[in-house]
Amino acid sequence: MAAVSTRNIIKKFGEVPAVNGISLEVPNGEFMVLLGPSGCGKTTFLRIICGLEQQTSGDLLIGGDIVNELPPRARGVAMMFQSYGLYPHFTVRHNIAFPLKTQGVPRAEIDKKVEWASQLLGINHLLDRRPRQLSGGERQRVALARALVREPTALLLDEPLSNLDAKLRASARLEIKQFQQRVGVTTIYVTHDQVEAMGMGDRIAVIDHGIVRQVGTPTEIYDDPADRFVATFVGTPPMNIVARNGGYLGFRPENFLPKDMMDDEAFTEFKFRVDRSEYLGSERIVYGVMDGFDPKQVITAKLPPAHVDEASIRPGEWHPFAVRNSALRNFDKDGKRAGRH
Amino acid sequence: MVAIADSVPKPASRFRFILDRRDVLGSIFVAPAILYVLLLVGVPFLMAVYYALSAYTIYDPSWKFVGLSNFEDILENPVFLQTLKNTFIFTFGSQALGLILGKFGALVLLRPFPGRKIVRALIILPWAVPIALATVAWQWMFDSLYSVINWTFIALGFVTREEAPNWLGSPDLALLSVTIVNAWRFFPFAIVIFLAGITAIPQDVLDAATVDGAGFWRRNYQIIMPMILPIMTIGLVFGIVFTFTDLSIVFLMTMGGPVGATSVLGFAGFQTGITSGDVSHGAAISLFMLPVLLIVVVFMLRFIRRREI
Repeated sequence: MAAVSTRNIIKKFGEVPAVNGISLEVPNGEFMVLLGPSGCGKTTFLRIICGLEQQTSGDLLIGGDIVNELPPRARGVAMMFQSYGLYPHFTVRHNIAFPLKTQGVPRAEIDKKVEWASQLLGINHLLDRRPRQLSGGERQRVALARALVREPTALLLDEPLSNLDAKLRASARLEIKQFQQRVGVTTIYVTHDQVEAMGMGDRIAVIDHGIVRQVGTPTEIYDDPADRFVATFVGTPPMNIVARNGGYLGFRPENFLPKDMMDDEAFTEFKFRVDRSEYLGSERIVYGVMDGFDPKQVITAKLPPAHVDEASIRPGEWHPFAVRNSALRNFDKDGKRAGRH
Repeated sequence: MVAIADSVPKPASRFRFILDRRDVLGSIFVAPAILYVLLLVGVPFLMAVYYALSAYTIYDPSWKFVGLSNFEDILENPVFLQTLKNTFIFTFGSQALGLILGKFGALVLLRPFPGRKIVRALIILPWAVPIALATVAWQWMFDSLYSVINWTFIALGFVTREEAPNWLGSPDLALLSVTIVNAWRFFPFAIVIFLAGITAIPQDVLDAATVDGAGFWRRNYQIIMPMILPIMTIGLVFGIVFTFTDLSIVFLMTMGGPVGATSVLGFAGFQTGITSGDVSHGAAISLFMLPVLLIVVVFMLRFIRRREI
């Protein structure tokens, strides 16, 4: 059964549509990531699910029941906010207990559940502190404990890692994911960071301009993008897309290699003039243009430095490059994948 | 080769860079403020302290030291005790009323509605209108014959013409009236304080409370109020200090009457010390405000520090 499912949700602010008809099924226990650029409507969609915004039309089902008219507190979902939204005047204990108190849970049970949630996140020693006495990572755990303490049907996370520094973010990513697997709570996670999306999501919904462009596992999103937007939004550097025969041809930079690195598999050859090459340690990014295509369009190649002969990428010269045919993706003139079902 | 003019070493003056020194420049900048406080607050205050301990009147400017006898005199005077009581009712009554109106007004003004900006500007008026003008208007509203308040009550059938209240004529109602006027004057300030406090609360915190299941009341009294308590307390300290020392509304509306029912410390001090010329007793009355205000302010500032979040 789907923990959360939406049917053609539309939300307009005045005349401006923020969410433009999203239908999504999130099965029980799944970690679903909503990925999209800033202003694509993903946060609005999340706020509709938890009831902070009312959709203009469309149905929202949580645990199988239509909850369109229910206030946030009756929906059984918990949300963790970008800046956590901890109550600064409460202690950590009181923060975690608050969602239970509002539901009139008996005191003894509140104590037990706070104990359980803080144990789960390893914050027992912080219970009597105030939020301002905590580090960013600790605040995040408190927010997570507060969201989980009432065992919600679905846990909604709105860019929870954006307030952490880069180093902490990597470890927090791992922690949230492990934690979610252990508890098994259905999770909807909003982010604009594709690394978070690819690394954490069981499935990813790529959203742009209020509509879902593609839903799929990270592998499907990366290898079989449904359209040009998904192809160029996911992946660094993004997929190369060139105009050809009234449509478009796409291939990932790591599949664009010097011809002498090709094996037996069928491939297509391109003449490539290298303009600039960046050595980044684990990889080498090479920029240039392809013969026979728009001379102003920069094509990138991502090469494994250890296996590349320096002579085959010398700048200013034309070199034979190639892409395996299995790695070529065709898009029609509207940017949709040609021949994809 | 062009010779660059020889630089003649100037004799270094000790004072050339004196203004670059922080301690010197800083002292120059704060000097006007310190002088102002010393001359226009400190000196009159010390004079008041001495007047209160002397037998000085304008008929007998003797400066004779009489110790605390002035204070003994006024404490034995039942009218003064009435005045002290009035001052507390006037101050805390109008602050409480102003805060309630302020909270209510702020909640209304936080919601978007057509014309909100105009209302926000107009709501400041009670605070901005000269108190003398406003008081005259209120005097008419409380007038025994022409009171628009009474007319409204009569028209609505709440009271008959015969039993319509005489606002400024009966002692209890008169004190209530001046308290209401002061609350009316204070509440725009309270609205501004509340608005500033509430809009400073991060939206995430309010949203979190909503999702955590807090309804309107719980959000208001368990999240918003505690979070704006520090700024509210500051506003209240200002309100209490200004009201406790205020005499303008009483002076303009009731002259302390009827029979001293609305007399407050500031008014009584002015009446005794300036109008009647009994400077020493007037000073003693005025100095009565000092310990009260000191206790209130110290208590509240300590409270804020403890609550700091």
